Amino acid sequence: MSGGPVIVSRRAVLAGSGALLFSFSSLGPLRAQRADELQVGSASASMQFRGSLEKAPFLDSWIRVEANGAITVFTGKAELGQGIKTALLQIAAEKLDTSLDQLVIVTADTARTPDEGYTAGSHSVQDSGTAIMHAATQVRQLLIEQAATRSGVPADQLRTENATVVAPDGRRFAYRDLVADQMLHVEAAPESSLYPNQFKIMQHSVPRVDIPAKVTGGEAYVQDLRPTGMVHGRVVRPPSYGAKLVSVDTATVETMPGVIKVVRDGSFLGVIATGEFQAIEAMRALAAAARWEETAQLPNSAALPDFLMAQPSQDITVLDARQQGSETKTLSATYTRPYIAHGSIGPSCALALHDGDALTIWTHSQGVYPLRNAIAEMLGMAKAQVRCIHAEGAGCYGQNGADDAAADAALLARAVPGQPVRLQWMREQEHATEPYGPAMVVKVNAGLDGSGRIIDWDYAVWSNTHAMRPGPAGTLIAARSVATAFPQPAPRPIPMPEGGGDRNSIPLYKFPNARVIYHFLPNMPVRVSALRALGAHVNIFAIESFMDELADAAGADPVQFRLQHLDDPRARDVITSAAQRFGWSDRSRSGTRGCGFAFARYKNLAAYCAIACEVEVERQSGRARMLRAVAAVDAGQVVNPDGVVNQIEGAILQSMSWTLFENVAFDERRITSIDWATYPILRFSGVPDAVEVHIVQRSGQPFLGCGEAGQGPAAAAIGNAIAAAIGQRLRDLPLSRERIKAVIGL
Amino acid sequence: MKLNVNGQLHEIVSDPRTPLLYVLRDDLKLNAAKFGCGLGQCGACTVLIDGEAVFSCITPAALIADKKITTLEGLGTLAQPSPIQRAFIEEQAAQCGYCIPGMMMRAQALLQKKPQANDDEIRAALEPNLCRCGTQMRILRAVGRARALMATAQAGDRT
Amino acid sequence: MSVTRIARSVGIICVVLALALAVGLGAFLIAARQPAIDPITPPPANSFAPDLLKRGAQLAALGNCDVCHTAVGGRPFAGGRALPTPFGAIYATNITPDVDTGIGNWSEAAFKRAMRHGVRRDGAYLYPAFPYDHFTRVSDDDAKAIYAYLMTREPVRAVAPANELPFPLNVRSLMFGWDLLFLRPGPFRPDKNHDATWNRGAYLVEGLGHCGACHTPRNFLGAEKSDQDLSGGESEGWTAYALNAGSPAPVQWNADTLAHYLAFGFDASHGVARGPMAEVADDLHALPEPDIRAIAAYLADRAGHARPAVSEIERQRAVQMQRGKTGAANSADSQASIGAADATHDDGAAIYLSACAGCHEGPRAVPFGGIDLALSSGVAGPNATNLFNVVLHGLPAADATHAPVMPGFGAAMNDAQLVALARYLRARFTDKEPWPDVEQSLREARSATRAATTRSAPSDRLMPPSTKPGAGNEAQR
Repeated sequence: MSGGPVIVSRRAVLAGSGALLFSFSSLGPLRAQRADELQVGSASASMQFRGSLEKAPFLDSWIRVEANGAITVFTGKAELGQGIKTALLQIAAEKLDTSLDQLVIVTADTARTPDEGYTAGSHSVQDSGTAIMHAATQVRQLLIEQAATRSGVPADQLRTENATVVAPDGRRFAYRDLVADQMLHVEAAPESSLYPNQFKIMQHSVPRVDIPAKVTGGEAYVQDLRPTGMVHGRVVRPPSYGAKLVSVDTATVETMPGVIKVVRDGSFLGVIATGEFQAIEAMRALAAAARWEETAQLPNSAALPDFLMAQPSQDITVLDARQQGSETKTLSATYTRPYIAHGSIGPSCALALHDGDALTIWTHSQGVYPLRNAIAEMLGMAKAQVRCIHAEGAGCYGQNGADDAAADAALLARAVPGQPVRLQWMREQEHATEPYGPAMVVKVNAGLDGSGRIIDWDYAVWSNTHAMRPGPAGTLIAARSVATAFPQPAPRPIPMPEGGGDRNSIPLYKFPNARVIYHFLPNMPVRVSALRALGAHVNIFAIESFMDELADAAGADPVQFRLQHLDDPRARDVITSAAQRFGWSDRSRSGTRGCGFAFARYKNLAAYCAIACEVEVERQSGRARMLRAVAAVDAGQVVNPDGVVNQIEGAILQSMSWTLFENVAFDERRITSIDWATYPILRFSGVPDAVEVHIVQRSGQPFLGCGEAGQGPAAAAIGNAIAAAIGQRLRDLPLSRERIKAVIGL
Repeated sequence: MKLNVNGQLHEIVSDPRTPLLYVLRDDLKLNAAKFGCGLGQCGACTVLIDGEAVFSCITPAALIADKKITTLEGLGTLAQPSPIQRAFIEEQAAQCGYCIPGMMMRAQALLQKKPQANDDEIRAALEPNLCRCGTQMRILRAVGRARALMATAQAGDRT
Repeated sequence: MSVTRIARSVGIICVVLALALAVGLGAFLIAARQPAIDPITPPPANSFAPDLLKRGAQLAALGNCDVCHTAVGGRPFAGGRALPTPFGAIYATNITPDVDTGIGNWSEAAFKRAMRHGVRRDGAYLYPAFPYDHFTRVSDDDAKAIYAYLMTREPVRAVAPANELPFPLNVRSLMFGWDLLFLRPGPFRPDKNHDATWNRGAYLVEGLGHCGACHTPRNFLGAEKSDQDLSGGESEGWTAYALNAGSPAPVQWNADTLAHYLAFGFDASHGVARGPMAEVADDLHALPEPDIRAIAAYLADRAGHARPAVSEIERQRAVQMQRGKTGAANSADSQASIGAADATHDDGAAIYLSACAGCHEGPRAVPFGGIDLALSSGVAGPNATNLFNVVLHGLPAADATHAPVMPGFGAAMNDAQLVALARYLRARFTDKEPWPDVEQSLREARSATRAATTRSAPSDRLMPPSTKPGAGNEAQR
């Protein structure tokens, strides 16, 4: 039933970042007396708390109820394996008051869904979920009002269940009978009468709707699409960045079995064949026949940090807050990370059909709208002629090859109008061509006062951009390869509070003096873009490692030291929860085992996560293995608890792989990490014995994205555990066997 | 060329050199086995050949013309899932799910040969298969659950 | 006295004498042992100089102590690994400095005696599965360094399983006899006819390197046939090729290629180290470069006897191994486009073309690409054993390190297919006689559990130097 109006109960401004945070509660009368806080000022305040409703204010952009009973939920976000199809359905079902199987969800489609930009930055539940929550609430309200009109019963006496409005006398009005033309084609009202979450569906670990098909061979991925008349495409990429295709004799390849066409446009080279293996064989023959002029010059991978710090930079002051104070002890440290690959298990794939004037592309891109715009620009087509439909791929963890594969498919499809072309990248192409997570350097100095508190903090981070997504056509390899090539656009930093290389560069801790500088490096000799968590992986690794170093200098327990510098109660809660459940005060400190702790709030805006772990270092080889980890996470209102647990578990293992093993290898011209042999990642032999994730429940609080909240704390917890095990600090990722062995000696 | 897939004989017209993976996906329209690397390094393509786990991406179809090929589709369906499929659903053992069919087939091969395989043996058996999302903990739990379900089913069969 | 009574007395005396002799011999045999050396309290780790420890680590690596004395998945040096012998399995013992179950209470003298004479601290004889017939050549100084290294390892409480030797082989004192026949104790003596490098190499190879332990054939009593030194042997179900003039390698080894192989675990004209040699190559990476070069020089000399100069064919083959690397492996993928088999009546050819040629004739160089089989000892060697081991099991991915990965085909191919393939490879890539016992080799390869030793040498040394502390680009050594 209806509760009080939506209330803004708190506004928090983070130092220097200008971020606004709203929380709202739908707990009814208790909050009603604070209605005056709703008038927070500008229209932007009310806009922000309604999520993506601002971009698509019409209710039927989000929810449609058909006369035949079909109820469809629309979202501009994409399922990446993070479970949002299910979570968004849960929200809609809860607020519409239907069961889950009465709903169908349509994701990211430029012809059908709102434009919600990219599915990135852990915004899906925050932005799309919030919009759907409001839209569903208001749709239900409109349906109730319609039922009131029809029945003559006042709206506040009607209730709903299972897509039906029920009157006190038992009369029932199914939603599908209530809906009339254009009834839902109204703009969302500025306020929703959110009735209290009854948590019939939300906050339950509802089984994911996409898993059954995935474990029974159902059609689940873009790789599984097989429209009639489909043909197979492959591209030949240059052996190094920007290489020019000098010559290729295509005559022989054109006569190979099954080959329909060889496509060459400038340095773009591809082939289309009837059968998939035929396309592969033709691709190999083309690759062998191609002659390239290579000009790429890659940095010396042995001296990457020095190289980065010597590059021209745009210096951005992210934080500058200074008072006076007297320090008795100062520490400084430098932390580094090399390039890290997304390494999607399934290489990128796209299906494209050029039919008359229309081009349709099925793609696992994270942003179908920006991709559509880029491809339209590349082909000189009007945006309205190009449609991009999201279909799931393997986990992408940011921008992998998906957008480029879509552009490749579009170019090939244009060569065979009327025939759908399935373009699949090979493993080596995915590894060598994908845009990596940038290499980064952090330098930090801090000072402690006489009582062992941090009173001064000076932090600098060097990084390329973490965002080279479409956008402009020039972000696509295909567009840069064709004869009339599009130039690569200049990279631009993502502004705070989100940030790119500076994401999470501002600690949540309270220091009297603090300075944070972001040295944004525009030159990108190695291709880079967004990798899950962006700069947060390195910044949290650096900050949380350094906090341990400072705690050690202060003679303090690492957990207590952190609590000493934090007043955010939710931060304190996850820290104490993780520490307690881990048994931090009784932790083992034997010769080869060590325990480490770390905490961060993703972007200082999203979910809070604290992780404690135990690592064993094998002295003989230097090999580190995590034995167990315990995490506590506060994601605000949780839609699907198991989904949150799954994401954090996954983040811990994925980050462990990055942190202990990973490093993109290259020589002076080419990427040499081109498969799993030359870019080894975690296998089962390295998997811990136990990982626990505990959710700190915050019903009624805003949704906080948790998909990237674990990577940074996991990296730092592991680094701190290794330091505890071996008694020495390693600051350069990856924390490989060789590095550990060199430090521990014989 | 005839191939025995999931108990049915299929006439295949593709070049016999074609890796089994493409025959399964393109000729027989089976979705479960996936292209992950084409190099035998990741296991997303794992199927069973005469009960043994095999990388279908590097196995030419011609090699296995008279052997029994089993894919995930051959173990069970949505309506009637096999123990391993039930276990993975019950444990919600997937994030993106792309590696999961390969994991399931590798585990199936182990449990068919060694129904009492212990947790260490399960870990060791899954070593050839990669998961990039970090779902390994759930995968291990799911295989353990499948082991229990299979044992119960076996016990049930005997009564 | 009557004749019968005398005869009976003589008979009794004879029987008694025989019995006494038997008892005495038996007693002697059972009791034969060296004197015990008193136990000591383990010296503290910091009582050893760092330089000595560093040297000891290198020497222990050369001796592969960790390989034999570490069980699969076990703690380093804690023993428990089964070494198959024709007589039964012998389990390597715990050589950590644990007092109760390891060598923690062994004095340096006791350790040296074990190395020099194959005798335990308590005086019992050791089995020559522990190659003391090689380690006897180790100098006192080097033994001291190894002792220091072992005594500073992490103590582990572990007892190896009992050896599986039938009577009377399980009577250790029989080794007294074995030693009499086959052990030539004493440190290495340089050969004045060769230079310092050669002698250094000889010292390392014949001593700690114990190459002959695998690469020399053995007699029925399990001793190396000294007149066929380095003529080829076997190890744990793998053929250890001849290192002397009998080497089957299609391209002759020289000092440079050997040094590269030993240091990095692969050579472009020979392939990657795998099987037990992978573990050896792993360990050898710890050796300083002059020692690697000395070993290579010595072995090259041993291999070079009576071999002609590098022939034109060999030169071409060496060029072949460059294999059109201009078309980079990542522009398409790393496999070759192979046309349809024209030898459709030859099953082996069809199998090779469809299952092998993609990688083995592809654009990717060794070690991560497949070796051109014309260069492979596995195909040119005296039997098909190693070939089958690799084809059956492949080279599994190493944990978290750059290493060649090859899928196994044991489940995909049946015996007829494997035999056809082996015969085809032999015929196509060599001009040697067909193997006479291919089916037998396959049966043996299938029956053993080879997975534990089929891995390749992890090529950490091929990782970008940015993950290696301090060093420059070592791949260019």
